Amino acid sequence: MRDLSDAFVELIRLASTDLSPDVEKALIAAREREAEGSAARGAMDSILDNVALARENSTPICQDTGTPIFYVRHPRGWSTRTLREQIRAATARATAHAYLRPNAVDAISGVNSGTNLGDEAFPTIHFEEVEDEELTVDLILKGGGCENVGVQYSLPNTALGAGRDLEGVRKVALDAVNNAQGKGCSPGILGIAVGGDRGSSYAASKEVLLRKMDEPNPIEELNQLEERLTSEANQLGIGPMGFGGETTVLGVKLRGMHRLPASYFVSVSYMCWAYRRRRMVVHGDEVIYE
Amino acid sequence: MIALTIPIDDKAIRDLHLGDSVSLSGVLITGRDTVHKWMIETFIRQTREPQGDDQQVYDIIQPILDGGAIYHCGPVVAGLDTADYRFVAAGPTTSIREEPYQAGVMHHFNLKAVIGKGGMGETTLAACREVPGVYLHAIGGAASLIAQSVRRVHGVHKLDFGVPEAIWVIEIQDFPAVVTMDAHGSSLHADVSAHSKMVLDELIGAD
Repeated sequence: MRDLSDAFVELIRLASTDLSPDVEKALIAAREREAEGSAARGAMDSILDNVALARENSTPICQDTGTPIFYVRHPRGWSTRTLREQIRAATARATAHAYLRPNAVDAISGVNSGTNLGDEAFPTIHFEEVEDEELTVDLILKGGGCENVGVQYSLPNTALGAGRDLEGVRKVALDAVNNAQGKGCSPGILGIAVGGDRGSSYAASKEVLLRKMDEPNPIEELNQLEERLTSEANQLGIGPMGFGGETTVLGVKLRGMHRLPASYFVSVSYMCWAYRRRRMVVHGDEVIYE
Repeated sequence: MIALTIPIDDKAIRDLHLGDSVSLSGVLITGRDTVHKWMIETFIRQTREPQGDDQQVYDIIQPILDGGAIYHCGPVVAGLDTADYRFVAAGPTTSIREEPYQAGVMHHFNLKAVIGKGGMGETTLAACREVPGVYLHAIGGAASLIAQSVRRVHGVHKLDFGVPEAIWVIEIQDFPAVVTMDAHGSSLHADVSAHSKMVLDELIGAD
């Protein structure tokens, strides 16, 4: 099997330093909505200047380069063990190049490994065998500030008057945005999973963030809820950085899962404006980055 | 834009109000979760004895913090292998985690400015009034841009805390931030949060 380590380093560099065009477009639109001279407008100006500078200098958009989360979809016959070794080697190299901050801290000893390599969940790597002939690898870098404001609700929730239906989902999602205020680096993007167990639900709330900003939900009922939630979250007036303003969230991505009759979890992963995700596709000898 | 230079005097602090844009210059230190806990336990509450180079580090940072500023930041640093350090990405981290420690640190060191993101709570707001001091909000995530304000890295202490958690002594010039908590008892975060809670209650039909 060929060595893709160099290609993985490039994937990490792109994810950390070169924001996807769909996200930048949403940020530009958000800037235009903020009043001239407001703190919110100033924040959006700085955010967009920073995006351009990071791209130009190949330096991290945000110093918290987060947990690297890889989603690997591979054709039959690829060794996931070898891919894991290559991804881990590339992660350490990208850290040495200062594309990533050393972020893997042993929770018991408090020691930072210095390489971004921790246990088997750091970096996180999901593997799935697919029918395609191409190898597709998505990478999300999700920082700690926004990860800390993520939350999981178990419905019904009496305090919020949230029952086990989409109206209940709407209520808890808005509660999550209100509780986050500016601490998750607003304007953010919400990944929401409805159902599953506690573990699968949280995992899905991150995976749903792979959808493009302008890609509508194929399920009309969920698409409408995504649009409504975006509009209502923005009515909260929290604004960029929590300074007050028009845009609190850039978008919402929802998905339903299967659940136990007894459980109804709603998991909300808050992604900061520095919504760093990149894809690479390996087709024969060719490596394409999206 | 109001220019502030470290050390900052009380009058300059009291002249600042919510929403003011400031441009900060001078020498300051970075400090986040591990540093705040270390300061409180070793030198303020003194629940643990100074160990290793604790006292030496204290003696170095004490004059920098007197009338000075602390930055909640865990940077990406180039040149780690040669000790020719350069900040390449240095945005703020979420400040609220330091809420249990910040007021104690401000009082102990006569700290005038706390720089971070997301704002802080009532205990820190009270300390801003008493010391007096301010909370300066930097733009979260704008790490490459902010790193340009870091002109020089003077040195690093407690590197064994890890790169993000170490005490980096840095010289900044024209570091941009917004006053979101002032020395007069006002907090933009409290105002925005009260408003959003009111709207939330309307949207979800709560009593």
